[in-house]
Amino acid sequence: MADKVLTANRLSDGISVWLDAAGTWNESLQAAFVARHKEAVDALETTGKQAFADNKVVDVNVVDVEEIDGVLRPLRMRERIRAEGPSIPYAAGYTGLTATAPAA
Amino acid sequence: MYRYDEFDHAFVSDRVEQFRDQVGRRLSGELAEDAFKPLRLMNGVYLQLHAYMLRVAIPYGTLNGRQMRMLALIARKYDRGYGHFTTRQNIQYNWPKLSELPDALADLATVEMHALQTSGNCIRNVTADHFAGAAADEVADPRPYAEILRQWSSVHPEFSFLPRKFKIAVTGAERDRAAIQVHDIGLHLKKDENGRIGFAVYVGGGQGRTPMIAKKIRDFLPEEDLLSYTTAVMRVYNLHGRRDNKYKARIKILVHETGAEELARQVEVEFADLKDTELKLPERDVAAISAYFAPPDLSPRAEGWANLAQWKKADADFARWIHQNVQPHKHPDYGMVTISLKPIGGIPGDATDAQMEAVADIAEEYAFDEIRVSHEQNLILPHVALADLEPVYRGLVAAGLATANAGLITDIIACPGLDYCALANARSIPVAQELSLRFGAPERQAEIGELKIKISGCINACGHHHVGHIGLLGVEKKGEELYQITLGGSGDENTSIGEIIGRGFEPEKVTDAVEVIVDTYLGLRLDPSEIFLDAYRRVGPQPFKDALYGDKTAAAA
Repeated sequence: MADKVLTANRLSDGISVWLDAAGTWNESLQAAFVARHKEAVDALETTGKQAFADNKVVDVNVVDVEEIDGVLRPLRMRERIRAEGPSIPYAAGYTGLTATAPAA
Repeated sequence: MYRYDEFDHAFVSDRVEQFRDQVGRRLSGELAEDAFKPLRLMNGVYLQLHAYMLRVAIPYGTLNGRQMRMLALIARKYDRGYGHFTTRQNIQYNWPKLSELPDALADLATVEMHALQTSGNCIRNVTADHFAGAAADEVADPRPYAEILRQWSSVHPEFSFLPRKFKIAVTGAERDRAAIQVHDIGLHLKKDENGRIGFAVYVGGGQGRTPMIAKKIRDFLPEEDLLSYTTAVMRVYNLHGRRDNKYKARIKILVHETGAEELARQVEVEFADLKDTELKLPERDVAAISAYFAPPDLSPRAEGWANLAQWKKADADFARWIHQNVQPHKHPDYGMVTISLKPIGGIPGDATDAQMEAVADIAEEYAFDEIRVSHEQNLILPHVALADLEPVYRGLVAAGLATANAGLITDIIACPGLDYCALANARSIPVAQELSLRFGAPERQAEIGELKIKISGCINACGHHHVGHIGLLGVEKKGEELYQITLGGSGDENTSIGEIIGRGFEPEKVTDAVEVIVDTYLGLRLDPSEIFLDAYRRVGPQPFKDALYGDKTAAAA
């Protein structure tokens, strides 16, 4: 089973967020709580459903990640872009998809 | 241009306040997402990968400087300082907060703009030729008819819950610059042998996962019957269009499954009942709407001819820009200016707040306060005196908006793709950027000539790849991006759907593949006047397959 994290978009502003170990919605994937076995994944799903029902977040999903040298990297490109932002500069100083680049 | 009357103002303001209440109830938890989602979509608010997205309607792509300034303000105040002009002549903002959207819509309403019907299964923004009212080859200005359709279709109770979204485009010239044959309804404004204004009516075109070219079901529809006949088409679609399968719900599928002849017969039956009802357009109403679109006072500016010759001689970059981005106007002393939103290596269709304000300034000073958005994701100044082209150019240079590439290989259409869009499977923008950089040298672009590259990040085809001379479709294969190439598409009066050339290419190989295609074309064209599309239609896909894949086996893989 691939490692998994819980992600969603915050209701008030739509920004992508990940559930961290303290049970709060964090804007950084790297802060996410990683579920490594079925019981933990079930707990994530339950938490996600509750957060949706509580109108805190929308579009809640459990997604696959891998951890390389302590850096979390979603397996799907879509999720990598959600985590890193657009892969193109939209404002000065944006550096693109570097933090979760695959291991060489 | 059209100005709101009291009803329009009150209606749009009421909708803003309704939405404010709905957002408030959503944020307080009173409204659940399932109940709220259709409400936000009716107001042009999507949820994308990173944030909410607001799509603002620009009816038939026409706006003035004041409205463009407001679009800039929205970008700055509620977003991250830029916006994305789309292939449906609208603008999208990528980062607005839900909690602030009612204020953004209230600001838009002050300049007679809104986001209604930019989503949902309703009649969407009616699009038109971006050179409307200025083009020399125009029979009549299509915008009054687009405006009549806009008013008729706005919150039309019968057509607010169609089987699927519905897009109408209108062109007023033989040369189709509105891609009418890939719309649900395409209207070609023309005159009959008696000089009466009317329309050839095309139905059932579209792109997406099942691309189809519209069928002409009426050679000539008199102007007065525009709404009754359109209503007849909509009724047939509303009644018989499929609601059981989202992917088969567009009218193109109905036309395909029913047959154009039978569908036309059904429309005529409905039309017979509607023809002499209140839907018949009174001449005075058409005249009243047309008056809003009266051309500006284009006084003779013959001095521009000599000025232009001198300026071109003195500045090669200016001369190149004139050659590529300025088209003849119906008035000989004027030109139609294309402001390219395709800087070399840039993001197709994006403009910063400062650039939008610069365009507003220039339009107000030199272009009779008229701006258009083209479906090719550029901006247009439809009326500029030749005598004013030099200061207009200088202003555009200062704003980073003077790229001389209209219609060339770097004038690429690209959807937001996986960088923003929740539906996308692959990125579009970085592919466009790399192609732009590869082919960006002015001499190379000029040598290649007219060539339209269009890129979509998923099969929904917002980047119009099906009608690109070279089309690129991004797909996801085994978790990675792959780009399928189609050749020979076109969205003009000779519309064709591009043919898939063979297996797809990885992101790092797709630019090379396009270069192989371009080099193959350069090697086989009869002479430089034979553009890529004509050459492809003459020789077919085989030379390109051979060049790309080496042999037929590989191409079929």
